Amino acid sequence: MSKVIEGLYYSESHEFVRIEGEYAYVGITDYAQHQLGNVVYVDMPDVDDEVAQGEEFGAVESVKAASDLISPVTGTVVEVNEELADNPQLINEDAFSNWIIKVKVDDTEELKNLLDAKGYEAICE
Amino acid sequence: MEEKKTCLYDCHVELGAKMSPFGGFMMPIEYSTIIDEHNAVRNHCGVFDVSHMGEVMVTGADAERYVNHIFTNDITNAPKGKIYYGMMLYPNGGTVDDLLVYKVDEAQFLLVINASNIDKDYDWMKQNAAGFDVVLDNQSDVTGQLAIQGPDAERIVSELFKIEVAHLEFYTFEYAQADGETILVSRTGYTGEDGFEIYGSHAFIINAWKRLLASGEVKPCGLGCRDTLRFEAALPLYGHELSDEISPIEAGLGMFVKLNKEEFIGKEAVAEQKANGVSKKVVGIEILDRAIPRNGYDIEVDGNKIGTVTTGYHTITTDRSVCMALIDAKYAAIDTPVDIRIRKKVFPGKVVKKKFYEKKYKK
Repeated sequence: MSKVIEGLYYSESHEFVRIEGEYAYVGITDYAQHQLGNVVYVDMPDVDDEVAQGEEFGAVESVKAASDLISPVTGTVVEVNEELADNPQLINEDAFSNWIIKVKVDDTEELKNLLDAKGYEAICE
Repeated sequence: MEEKKTCLYDCHVELGAKMSPFGGFMMPIEYSTIIDEHNAVRNHCGVFDVSHMGEVMVTGADAERYVNHIFTNDITNAPKGKIYYGMMLYPNGGTVDDLLVYKVDEAQFLLVINASNIDKDYDWMKQNAAGFDVVLDNQSDVTGQLAIQGPDAERIVSELFKIEVAHLEFYTFEYAQADGETILVSRTGYTGEDGFEIYGSHAFIINAWKRLLASGEVKPCGLGCRDTLRFEAALPLYGHELSDEISPIEAGLGMFVKLNKEEFIGKEAVAEQKANGVSKKVVGIEILDRAIPRNGYDIEVDGNKIGTVTTGYHTITTDRSVCMALIDAKYAAIDTPVDIRIRKKVFPGKVVKKKFYEKKYKK
């Protein structure tokens, strides 16, 4: 059974958002990593790139397939998780701890468009 | 279209395999993870349900002449128990399928074909049997098949099934008695490792599968790692490196096309390609980034498309981002710089040898 954490926001395309002040840490959910299987590469944007809610910003690749990453928030990338460049399998080990990008969010009102833990759990069943 | 199920379907579901359609069948993709299963085959032993593969028995006084007519390799005067790899071709040199031919005796050959092509191949075989004294029998629906692959396969197969296999050479087979029935055991596979393929009734195959897993020494392996394993060993997959639009010469498999044979369907076309060169070729390409070139991605030179990736992975055994690709033959020389477009980015790479892993066959 996949793990879902209370207090995070979730997208229907299986990204999570952890909000700290005006920053959002974005990654993929435990359910998503489980569906993908062994993650072998994470295609990340560059710092200072703009991302938009609902728009693709990179990809997570398992052995067998590439899966687009869809940004759950709009804003500017202020940090990418460099550790994933050499150790993409960290996403399989703990998807929620190993965020992919940190975004300075333009408008937190947007978070209303996302699911809470309960709502997300429902679409994973 | 409703997918067919192999005789082991219930076993796969019970083991919690991820199931997915392949070649018209619901097949297991992975049980644990592709990487674990891949490494089990490279280092120990894994078992694959390959019951989806097709089997057609050719019997009759003209069996040898008939098989030579539809098959690119040369089976003339082959010893009993020998297996040949080769292709069936269209008159234009495009590939109907790639297959194994097992010589049972002078008047009988077993043809093992790809699951996705069973109906097409069987029609093709029947169409081209006119004038030959042969009977074709499609046994695909009643034959089960397991591939037991890896360096420990020889010991495990002989211990578990109480059959002698150590003396079997690569690409040979024998019939054996096990569980009170006649099974066919061949030293073949699709992984680049030593191993065996066993053909038998559904009842035998289900029993054998359970016994292999119960031994605790054999890992169940899905089609996910079957593809990563065959890819590293540069073995082609029909629909990717071979197709109705890709001849074996273009695929770099000319050694399985015997032009000194009197005749076979497609001979003129491939002879012309061999004499005058081909316009497109399957090559290996490596990029230095960890990004992964996938089937269908464009290969470019100076921003112009020169070809397409046919299969690509970040290899599990050798940790390289490599692919096989069908490209304009002008760029096929080793070390030629080419680019691969992966989503929005272009990654520089170069043409390399297709063999990404040194095969460990027991010859």
